[in-house]
Amino acid sequence: MKLYEYSAYELSEMLRAKKISSRELTESVLDRVDEVDGKVSAYLYTDREMSLKAADEADRLIASGKAASRLAGIPIGIKDNISTKGIPTTCASKMLENYVPVFNATVMDKLAAAGCVISGKLNMDEFAMGSSTENSYFKTTRNPFDTDCVPGGSSGGSAAAVACGEAVVALGSDTGGSIRQPASLCGVVGLKPTYGSVSRYGLVAFASSLDQIGVFGRCVRDAALLQDEIQGSDPMDATSARRSYNSLYDGLCGDISGLKIGIPSEYFGLGIKPEVSEAVMKSVKELENRGAKVTKISLPSTEYALSAYYIIACAEASSNLARFDGVKYGYRAKDCDGLIDMYEKTRSEGFGREVKRRIMLGTFVLSSGYFDAYYKKAKLLQKRIQQEFDDAFKSVDVIITPTSPSEAFRIGERVSDPLAMYAADICTVTVNIAGLPAVSVPCGYSASGLPYGMQIIGRKFDEQTILNAAFAHENAFGGFAKPKI
Amino acid sequence: MMIKGYEVVVGLEVHAELNTKTKIYCSCRNSFGLEVNTQVCPICLGMPGTLPTLNEKVVEYAIKMGHALNCKINRICKQDRKNYFYPDLPKSYQISQADIPLCADGYLDVIMDGGEVKRIGVERIHIEEDAGKLLHSDKFDGSLVDFNRCGVPLIEIVSRPDMRGSDEAKAYLETIRSILKYIDISDCKMQEGSIRCDVNVSVHKPGEPFGTRCEMKNVNSFSAAVRGIDYEANRQIEILEAGGTVTQETRRWDDQKGVSVSMRTKEDAQDYRYFPEPDLLTIVVPQEKVDELKRTLPELPNAKIMRYVRDYGLSHYDAAMIVDVVEKSAFFEKCIEAGCKSPKLLSNWILGEISKFMNEGTAIEDTKLTPKKMAELVGLIDSGKISTAAGKTVFDIIVKEDADIQKIIEEKGLAQVSDDSALEAIADEVLKANEKSVSDYLGGKTNALGYLVGQCMKASKGRANPGRMKEIILSKING
Repeated sequence: MKLYEYSAYELSEMLRAKKISSRELTESVLDRVDEVDGKVSAYLYTDREMSLKAADEADRLIASGKAASRLAGIPIGIKDNISTKGIPTTCASKMLENYVPVFNATVMDKLAAAGCVISGKLNMDEFAMGSSTENSYFKTTRNPFDTDCVPGGSSGGSAAAVACGEAVVALGSDTGGSIRQPASLCGVVGLKPTYGSVSRYGLVAFASSLDQIGVFGRCVRDAALLQDEIQGSDPMDATSARRSYNSLYDGLCGDISGLKIGIPSEYFGLGIKPEVSEAVMKSVKELENRGAKVTKISLPSTEYALSAYYIIACAEASSNLARFDGVKYGYRAKDCDGLIDMYEKTRSEGFGREVKRRIMLGTFVLSSGYFDAYYKKAKLLQKRIQQEFDDAFKSVDVIITPTSPSEAFRIGERVSDPLAMYAADICTVTVNIAGLPAVSVPCGYSASGLPYGMQIIGRKFDEQTILNAAFAHENAFGGFAKPKI
Repeated sequence: MMIKGYEVVVGLEVHAELNTKTKIYCSCRNSFGLEVNTQVCPICLGMPGTLPTLNEKVVEYAIKMGHALNCKINRICKQDRKNYFYPDLPKSYQISQADIPLCADGYLDVIMDGGEVKRIGVERIHIEEDAGKLLHSDKFDGSLVDFNRCGVPLIEIVSRPDMRGSDEAKAYLETIRSILKYIDISDCKMQEGSIRCDVNVSVHKPGEPFGTRCEMKNVNSFSAAVRGIDYEANRQIEILEAGGTVTQETRRWDDQKGVSVSMRTKEDAQDYRYFPEPDLLTIVVPQEKVDELKRTLPELPNAKIMRYVRDYGLSHYDAAMIVDVVEKSAFFEKCIEAGCKSPKLLSNWILGEISKFMNEGTAIEDTKLTPKKMAELVGLIDSGKISTAAGKTVFDIIVKEDADIQKIIEEKGLAQVSDDSALEAIADEVLKANEKSVSDYLGGKTNALGYLVGQCMKASKGRANPGRMKEIILSKING
C-alpha cells in the first residue's frame, strides 16, 4: 500500500512513531497528483517546493516533540475559495485569476500552527455556485469513480482529490450542500459543521448567513480529526459561536444503542431515485439492528426550502460579489469608456453564466417593491424550517435522509437546465437554512459502481452524535470503496 | 423666516465622524491627514473573505448623542447593507442602519439669537461607515483612491422638517456641533470633513400643505448650508411664482458659484437594496449600559448657557460665546472653582484677551496661565487693588511666565492709589492746569468731566483709582 492510500489517523500515528516522514508522505501524495490529476482535474494549483518545505518543517516539529496536533505533517487540500496568503485564491473565476491574497483565512492560520502541509488549491464551481464543478472557469473536475461523470459541487475538487488519494483530507465549503453532495457523489465522508463552529474569516463569501467551511475524509475518523483542528470561536468572525469545543476524534464511539433516529418522509419522496432511498433505508436498518430506535417524522416545510434557499443565497451573493468591480484587484476589462462601462464590461466578462444568473436573481429579490414578496418571505420560511427541526429534535437525536437524489450524473447532462441542477440540492439546503451540522457518508453503490450518500443531520453543535452515528454506520458497512483510477 | 409670502421648510441630515481610536469594523487607526492608503487593512479594503467586527465604542458614542438629543434608544437593533457601486466604496456596499436606527424620535431645543427657544424634532440617529476619497492628479490620467477614510465611524443625525429658514438651520447645526464637542464624540472639523450635511428644502404658503422638497448634497460648511438654503428657497419660489411646479430631485450645491445644480430626479433615484448585514450580529445593548451612558452625560451646552446666565449673571450673548468653545467654558468654570467672585469681569477677560491669543492658534494650556492666577487677577481688578490697565500688564506677564502676581505688582509699582490725600494732590494740579475744562463743565458740558478724570489718570500713570478720582474732582469743582 502506498502512503497516499492510508487514512489520516493511521498516517498520524506512523509520523509520530517516526516510521515515515512528512516529506515521504507529501511526495507520495504529490506523485499521486502527478499520476492521476490529468484525468481527475481536481487541482487548480500545486507547488511541490512549497509543500515539501512545509513537510520538512513538520518533520522538524515532530522530531522536536513539540507537535501538538495529530495532523502535523499531513498534506491537506484546500478549496480555492479559502484565502491563502501568498498562494493564488481564484474561486475558480476569471475574475480572480491572478489574485494572490495578502492574508490567511483563520482556518489556514490554524492549519499552519498545527504543522499541516498544504498539498494545493482545489477546483470548485465558480464562487461555490453549482453542484457539479462544471462552473469552474478553468476546468471541469471529473468523478474518480467514472471520469465521464461529475464529482458534484461546488467542492468537487476537494471530494475528488480525497477520493482518489490526491489529498489525505481536504477543506471545502458548504452553502447549500457543497460539501455533502460531492462527498456523496465521490464516495467519501463530508462534514458540514454547525453554522458558527468554524470561522468564516477568509472564506470568500457566497451567502454569508449560510456559508460554512467543513471537511472531507475517506473515513469518519479523518473527518473528525480535521474538524478538531479547524473548529473554535474566532474574534475575527462576529458570527462565530462563543463557546468551547471538545475533540470529536477523542469522542468517537461506535456504540449507538438508544440513539433515536428520525426519518422524515418528505426526503424520500418525489425526485429521489428509489435505489438511493433503498440504500439509505438499508443502512438505517443496520443501525436499528445495532440498537438505534427509528421513528418516522415530518418536516412539512421542506418543499419550500429550495425556493427560500435560492432567494436568500442569491440575495446575499448579489451583495457579496459586488466588490468584484475591477477597481482594486482581479480582472478589469480593457478599453473601457468611463466608470460605468468599466463596471459593466468587467463584470460581464469576469463572471461566468451561473454567477451572473445568481447575481441577477439576488439583485431582483432585493429590489424596492420586491423585497417583501421574496426576501422577507424567504426569511419567514427560514424561521419556520428552523422551528420544525427544533421540534423534531425534541424527540429524535439525529435525522437521516439521502444526501443527493441520485448518484453522479454525466458531465454536460444538466448544464443547460439550471433548475435540474438546483434540484440536486433538495436534500441538503434545509440544513444550511437551519444552521445545523450534517455529515454525508457513503451507503451503497449503483450497478455501475457509483456511490450513494446518506446524510445524518444533528442538533446545533452536536457534531459528536452525528459522527458517532456515521462511525457506527461505517463499521457496519465495512469500510468504503475506493475508486479504481 | 418668510420670503415673498412663502414659508421655507428645512430638514437636515448631519453626518459626523466619530473620534474613536479605531475604525468601526477593523482595528485600523481612525485618524485624519496621514499618508494615503497607510491606515488600511484587508478588512477596511473589503478584500475577499474578510469580515467586519463592530467596534462597540461606536455604539456607545452614538447612544450618548441619542441621549443628548432626547432620543429613544433602540437597544436592540441591526445593521444593514446599502448597496451601490462607487470606486471609493471597496465592498460596493456601505454597512449602515435601515429600518431600525440605534436612536429615534428625539428633539433638540435651539436658542435663537433673540433668546427664544425653538424645538426641532430628531427623527433618527444611526451608525454607519465612511467611504474613501477619490483623488485626482495631473500626473495621472484617471482617478486615484485613498482608502484611509474607509471604515471611519459616522453617525447620521436626521432632523424632522421642523426648521423654518436658514437662520434656524444654522442655529440647529451650531447646537449639534456644540453638543458633539461637549460629549466629546467628534472632532467637528469642517475643513477635514468631519461634519457634513445634506439639506432638504421646500417652500409653501402658510396654511397650505408642504411643497415638494429638493435634497441638496455637497454642503460642506454651515455658512454654505445657509447660502444653499436661501438659494434653493428662492429658486423654488421663482418657479412657483412663474406658475411652474418644483420637481422632486437631488441637487448638488456648488458653493463657489453659489448655485445648486440637478444631480438626479426621483425617477432615477438609486435603489440601494437594503438588507440585513449577515456578517454581523444583532446589536444588543444592556439597559444598564444605556442608563449609565445617560447618567454620565456631561452638562450640555444649552444647559450651560442657561446656568451662566442664571447663576453668574452673564448676558445670554456672552454666555453663548464662552460655551461655544469647550476650552473657554472649561477655563471659565475652573476659575470660578479657584475662587473667582466676579464671573462677569472674568467673562470679559475670556472673551477679550484670552480669545485674542486663542484666535491666533494658542491654546490656554500652551500658556502659563492658570485658573488660580486668573481668578486672583480678576479679584485684584474687581476690588480696585489694581486698575484694568495694570491688570493687562500683569496678564501679559502671567501668560508668558510662571510669575507671582503680587511680586509683579510690587516690582512694577502697579498698585492702585486709593489714598485720598495723594489723589487730592493730583486733582488740584490737574484742575489748575485745565481751568477751561472746569468752566466748560460748570457751563453744562458734562463731557469735560471725563476729560479731567482722564488727565488725572495720566498724571498718576494709571495707578489712580478712577472711581474715587471722579468723586474727588466732582467735590472740588462743585466746591
